Amino acid sequence: MKWEPIIGLEIHVQLQTKSKIFSGASTVFGAEPNTQASSIDLGLPGVLPVVNAEVYPRAVAFGLSIGAEISRVSVFDRKNYFYPDLPKGYQITQMDKPIVVGGSVQISLENGISKEIQITRAHLEEDAGKSVHDEFASSTGIDLNRAGVPLLEIVSEPDMRSAKEAVAYARYIHQLVTYLGVSDGNMSEGSLRCDANVSIRPIGATKMGTRTEIKNVNSFRFLENAINFEISRQKAVLESGGHITQETRLYDPTRDETRSMRSKETAMDYRYFPEPDLLPISIDDEYIADIRKKMPELPREKAERFVNNYQLTKADADTLAFDPIIADYFEATVNICQDGKLAANWVRVEILGRLNKDTLEEKIIPVPSTELGKLLNRIKDQTINGKIAKEILDTLWSSPTFNLDEYIKDHELEQLSNSNALEPLIEEVLKQNPKQAEQFRQGKTKLIGFFVGQVMKETSGKANPQQVNELVLKKLS
Amino acid sequence: MMHNESITEQLHSLTIGKYSSKELTENYIHRIKQLKHLNCFISVLEESALQTAADADQARYKGKVGPLTGIPIAHKDIFCTKNIATTAGSQMLHNYIAPFDATVVIKIAAAGAITIGKTNMDEFAMGSSNETSYYGAVQNPWDTDRVPGGSSGGSAAAVAAGLCSAATGTDTGGSIRQPSAHCGITGLKPTYGRISRWGMIAFASSLDQAGPMTRTAEDAALLLALMAGGDPKDSTCIRDDVPNYLEYLNTTLEGARIGVCDDFFADGLEAKSEEVIQDALKIFEQLGATTKSVKLPHIKYSVPAYYVIAPAEASTNLSRYDGVRFGYRCKDPENLNDMFKRSRSEGFGDEVKRRIMTGAFTLSTGYYDAYYRKAQQIRRLIKNDFHQAFNEVDFLIGPTAPQPAFMLGEKTESHIDMYLQDIYTIAANLAGLPAMSIPIGFSSKLPVGLQLIGNYLAEGTILSAAHQYQKRTDWHKCFPMMTTSESQR
Repeated sequence: MKWEPIIGLEIHVQLQTKSKIFSGASTVFGAEPNTQASSIDLGLPGVLPVVNAEVYPRAVAFGLSIGAEISRVSVFDRKNYFYPDLPKGYQITQMDKPIVVGGSVQISLENGISKEIQITRAHLEEDAGKSVHDEFASSTGIDLNRAGVPLLEIVSEPDMRSAKEAVAYARYIHQLVTYLGVSDGNMSEGSLRCDANVSIRPIGATKMGTRTEIKNVNSFRFLENAINFEISRQKAVLESGGHITQETRLYDPTRDETRSMRSKETAMDYRYFPEPDLLPISIDDEYIADIRKKMPELPREKAERFVNNYQLTKADADTLAFDPIIADYFEATVNICQDGKLAANWVRVEILGRLNKDTLEEKIIPVPSTELGKLLNRIKDQTINGKIAKEILDTLWSSPTFNLDEYIKDHELEQLSNSNALEPLIEEVLKQNPKQAEQFRQGKTKLIGFFVGQVMKETSGKANPQQVNELVLKKLS
Repeated sequence: MMHNESITEQLHSLTIGKYSSKELTENYIHRIKQLKHLNCFISVLEESALQTAADADQARYKGKVGPLTGIPIAHKDIFCTKNIATTAGSQMLHNYIAPFDATVVIKIAAAGAITIGKTNMDEFAMGSSNETSYYGAVQNPWDTDRVPGGSSGGSAAAVAAGLCSAATGTDTGGSIRQPSAHCGITGLKPTYGRISRWGMIAFASSLDQAGPMTRTAEDAALLLALMAGGDPKDSTCIRDDVPNYLEYLNTTLEGARIGVCDDFFADGLEAKSEEVIQDALKIFEQLGATTKSVKLPHIKYSVPAYYVIAPAEASTNLSRYDGVRFGYRCKDPENLNDMFKRSRSEGFGDEVKRRIMTGAFTLSTGYYDAYYRKAQQIRRLIKNDFHQAFNEVDFLIGPTAPQPAFMLGEKTESHIDMYLQDIYTIAANLAGLPAMSIPIGFSSKLPVGLQLIGNYLAEGTILSAAHQYQKRTDWHKCFPMMTTSESQR
């Protein structure tokens, strides 16, 4: 039987704020356990939460970016359950009245078509702490540094039909929140985590199958693997006549499988009710308009503008617009060299290529856009050729502070475009390779490359290849 | 006698040098020891209190005088105090020392007061007799076989017995007013949010409110002015400016319109108490006020609504007591669940567990709409009733409790009976309105309290009415005859 997977995601995005959502404790990652947990985060008797106002503009900006409705009044609720790393015995979240309602995003799929994914809601909540099991012999440690870290939970409709679609959607959300500056998007530090709801049904069926929820997946690769595993598992169960139990499962990346965590029968009753320690959040039109004004250009808008303004291909524009730092770098370069296509080519191939090769600390480009712009200008005015420019870029990459023009002059890297200087060189090359010259004349025109290469070699790569090409043709005809 | 003077009188005595703060404090410490059997205190801070008193005398000598300099005040043991145990009357917190002071504690200390001790209370403020305290029941100074009321029973009895100049209390459903009535003192529960809840251990967050428990309305006004005001640490705290309540006190009652709710005088109110209340009403009329019957049609649902909302909030507020980070932890837990279960089963008393279970039930899936949501709807209707009433009258008057202090052990097995002790006080909590109790006479040698309920933020109105009444009468000056612990043996 053919099956259709149905997937919905709940993505927890850590909001980029200096302090926690309900206390003044720092949110910086990697501190010694429990050094960033205030009395509020510890849930001591007598403490009260106060909302960090920094979370509102971030949630609102996200909502606006997906065309959602921003709730004029939203309410915090308590979600009650006992767990050692949940200090108060409840999590402050939003249940009935989330801050962001509805909205949608367009994701690009591999085959070039795009698909709309509906978003149900996004709400503010606090993160829990962390249980540390492996560092103590017979007990469990609790680290509450994460407790109270602000999260935006983004809940999608079950609109995805494959693990690939789910990953494309998750990547899109990751890009979007990073773009907006809503989150640092650092997945290795847990700034974006996914819960996937997965079910399958026979193709053509309208009724949904029983779903399982895979909790807390923190990489795109694991998300794809986890969903694919779960789809196969459910198929195997159903095809052997079994039925799917509604349950929560955990993905184990070391074994590449999902395992049952708890079933619906033992599911908890969270006893949600409005948090009496906090007033409802009121957001007015003026506030929303203000956030809208300050919002950066979104990736899709930016890519479209790149295509229109710089005549880039859609693929190039998408690549460059994907990351705001790269996009800004590209535009700054264009500003100097005034050639969109040239800049796009160099940023995409040379800069991104080198970044990937170096695996430098993410997104730190050692060569300033001003230097790249100047370098491209020297190509444009034919001072140097592309090959030399790439070599200079290599040098710039490791020591970016020198005067480009002086460097070119000092190292005599100027392009040789003088026919009077080039012609004797070409004649010499033809003389030394009579066999190849003869073959060329007999029609083996591909050999032009060989001659140009020889001339370039003679000039240490400085000759103008275009001009050498023309001169060789002239000499051999 | 210095121990039964009001704060105002004591401040005068300190100013003119009639006695020193050290003498005043020593006298109270001495009395606390003499009347130890009343069990008013969970912690007595003899050493630090005497030191602060000595410092206060020095300060006064140098002319550095705050509004409460040298006045010994007791805090209900629900207010967190740095370096001093804060138990909330529970075994759960028998070893708990807070790393910070409650806002109320900070404000009162900043005014120059001395913290003389932490008073006994019903466990987590759940109770109307002070009998649910892990630290034992408190005796009523007027009759040691009787309860002082609750939950701020230790504070009420300590003020009544002359063991401190005044005390702080908290009131979720009557916990300041009812013990004030039973012990013959003045107690004020301000408008919800008037005083910060930071550092006040939560029972029911949307109802909890701190307030002063004093010998006079004037003292209550003095303390309220110091305790009230916005607090960035409490989002529900009202930021409006704090009026000078002392200035309100001399407002005459001429032309004041007093509302009398018929429902407050229905079955269940003890006959002698009703008589005493009628006498008090006559005094108010003599002072120039007119009385008028008002209808509060939904007030009869107060108790059931309260006993849904308060336990619901309590059930989650008390989830943090899990044995993980602080407080009581059971011995040798087998595993995580065993630790949670036994720490809570052993650490909490019966009444607390009863309310946690009730609250968890009313919030659970399938029951939320029938209970919690419904109770919140009733709450809104009660608020509206008061709103209507205050279109016609300036404040309301009625009994504080259905009868005077009952016998220790009399109602411990009858939970509904115990819950009905708050029948007159709960509505003001549900509506978030200021209300106070003042002593107005006796029934069988036991004090009877009169409740005054004011409009939103109109503490000044009820304080001045109470002050005018106290200027005309002497009930607030009555002092119980007591025998020392020594002679009790």
